[in-house]
Amino acid sequence: MKKSVQYFTINAVERLDAEHILIEAVSPVPLQGILPGQFVNIDVEKSKTTFLRRPISIHDVDEAKNSMKIFVKAVGDGTRAIYEMQKGEKLNTMFPLGNSFSYSNSQKPLLVGGGFGLAPLYYLAKKIAQNGIRPTVIVGARNSKNIFLTEKFQDIADVHVATNDGSLGEKGMVTEHSLFTNLENFDKIFVCGPEPMMKAVGKIAVSKNVECEVSLENTMACGIGSCLCCVADTKDGHVCVCTEGPVFNIKDLKW
Amino acid sequence: MVDLSFKIKDLYFKNPVLTASGTFGYGPEFDDFVDVSELGGVIVKGTTLEHREGNPYPRMAETPSGMLNAVGLQNKGIDYFIKHIYSEIKSYKTNMIVNVSGSAVKDYVEVAEKLNHLDAIPAIELNISCPNVKEGGMAFGTSCESAQSVISAVRKVYKKVMIVKLSPNVTDIASIAKTAEDEGADAVSLINTLLGMAIDAEKRRPILSTVTGGLSGPAVKPVALRMVWQVSKAVKIPIIGLGGIMNATDAIEFFLAGASAIQIGTANFIDPEISIKVIKGIEEYMLRHNFKTIDEMVGKLEC
Ligand SMILES: Cc1cc2nc3c(=O)[nH]c(=O)nc-3n(C[C@H](O)[C@H](O)[C@H](O)COP(=O)(O)OP(=O)(O)OC[C@H]3O[C@@H](n4cnc5c(N)ncnc54)[C@H](O)[C@@H]3O)c2cc1C
Ligand SMILES: Cc1cc2nc3c(=O)[nH]c(=O)nc-3n(C[C@H](O)[C@H](O)[C@H](O)COP(=O)(O)O)c2cc1C
Ligand code: FES
Repeated sequence: MKKSVQYFTINAVERLDAEHILIEAVSPVPLQGILPGQFVNIDVEKSKTTFLRRPISIHDVDEAKNSMKIFVKAVGDGTRAIYEMQKGEKLNTMFPLGNSFSYSNSQKPLLVGGGFGLAPLYYLAKKIAQNGIRPTVIVGARNSKNIFLTEKFQDIADVHVATNDGSLGEKGMVTEHSLFTNLENFDKIFVCGPEPMMKAVGKIAVSKNVECEVSLENTMACGIGSCLCCVADTKDGHVCVCTEGPVFNIKDLKW
Repeated sequence: MVDLSFKIKDLYFKNPVLTASGTFGYGPEFDDFVDVSELGGVIVKGTTLEHREGNPYPRMAETPSGMLNAVGLQNKGIDYFIKHIYSEIKSYKTNMIVNVSGSAVKDYVEVAEKLNHLDAIPAIELNISCPNVKEGGMAFGTSCESAQSVISAVRKVYKKVMIVKLSPNVTDIASIAKTAEDEGADAVSLINTLLGMAIDAEKRRPILSTVTGGLSGPAVKPVALRMVWQVSKAVKIPIIGLGGIMNATDAIEFFLAGASAIQIGTANFIDPEISIKVIKGIEEYMLRHNFKTIDEMVGKLEC
């Protein structure tokens, strides 16, 4: 799909708590051919202190309604201003950017998400389900208050939860979840979340010889491979996360 | 009708809007957004003799109205450029200009010599001002003697149009510009990024892996304007102005200060179509102010 900058119109907002928001926005152009793992780059016009665009994963696409969803956590001025947006407002959006999860060769996929890392995994789960496969999802967080969206996955996936304090699901880190003891039951793991979590999952995946893809969240300026600010260190040297990624097979990363 | 064209020596530019090195890739990155051939010129990524991996991540920090970068001239080297990239970009109907960088005089000379042979590259921009390489780079651009050594050496071998890009990290930019003119530069471009730094107070650590980096964007525009104005008093060769240009009005300010052309850098990241919008905006301004040619507008600051 050709990249472009468009003004999306916000169609619905769902504030999940004081920091997390799910936004549905309608595109003025057809949204066909968007791949799971791709992201948009938003110019937060209302925030005076936000100069560069902000990369945000595509959480879901409804081709019939021509709409897209994003799941955002307010961590600074830019994402806070996105959190404050209302129905009817316009989102200056550059899209679709980045590569894709490669899920078509996986029969038994495991999706692992933490924090706003859950964002790209919903669209991935949906695409996998469209191929007639029911993926397994593990969501990890500090406590039950930080677990979001699991009910939305339930129709299309088997959902498991791990919390550090045990307030929901199994107690412990995602990597301590019982599903990890039989990781060989899965043929591919897809991870998005804080880097220490992705590294921990990656390490286990390597030790059990299961393929693993991670979605990186390096800071970006352009989003289209022109500034070379977002690079990841790979076996082929520095490559742009915005164009060669954000999804990488961990065997290509120097982790 | 207005005539947007200008010339550096005998090299014709259909309009005075170019894109700045390191902010526009090689051109194809922007094909989805603009018709690259409509630009006055494209200055491609800084190119060195050898392949360079650049500095470790993180290489970027957002700052008030701008950004710091510490990319450190990541590129695959001149031979790779000639073999793989050149064929992809030579059909653009605009002036494709290579930004030549290095850490030793002989490196600059060797890269420039190789570029002589590429028909679709009518000019080079000599980057003697990059703040992001440990050796050389900016050191060449920060004293008249070292600037002289690299400019005169490249001039001896490079036959086509040579633009010299100046560093703002100096006390007297006009004297460096004069040195460039005396050594045979056909034009000067300014400014490169201003040396700066950013700190994460919570972590008590610098944000950039290199601690310091180069500041660009609207934050540097007043400095850039002042320097273009000072240099315009010191040299007769054309000046290409850049630094923080976000729209056509910013661009016009550079013409009034003495620039014959401008480059758009960081603004490409926020609006990938901005370069083409600026061309249209300059035309509208010229119509409103009764300027028929770019030349009529250059240096028309009343003070
Ligand atoms: C490909 C990609 C996809 C992303 N998808 C989502 C998403 O779906 N939902 C979502 O909420 N966020 C997502 N992010 C992260 C989001 O872009 C950042 O949180 C945002 O840029 C922060 O901007 P700000 O102005 O709110 O905060 P800033 O003021 O810029 O930063 C606030 C704090 O957050 C930290 N921070 C900034 N950027 C990042 C980052 N990229 N990773 C980790 N910490 C960071 C800063 O160090 C600082 O401490 C994604 C990032 C990338 C690169
Ligand atoms: C990410 C980035 C990379 C850059 N790389 C180069 C480079 O390779 N060579 C060079 O001469 N200037 C380089 N520059 C400097 C720009 O070409 C320009 O001089 C500077 O950014 C000021 O203009 P601006 O404020 O419009 O961006 C780079 C700037 C940025 C932001
Ligand atoms: S963000 Fe500019 S190259 Fe990736």
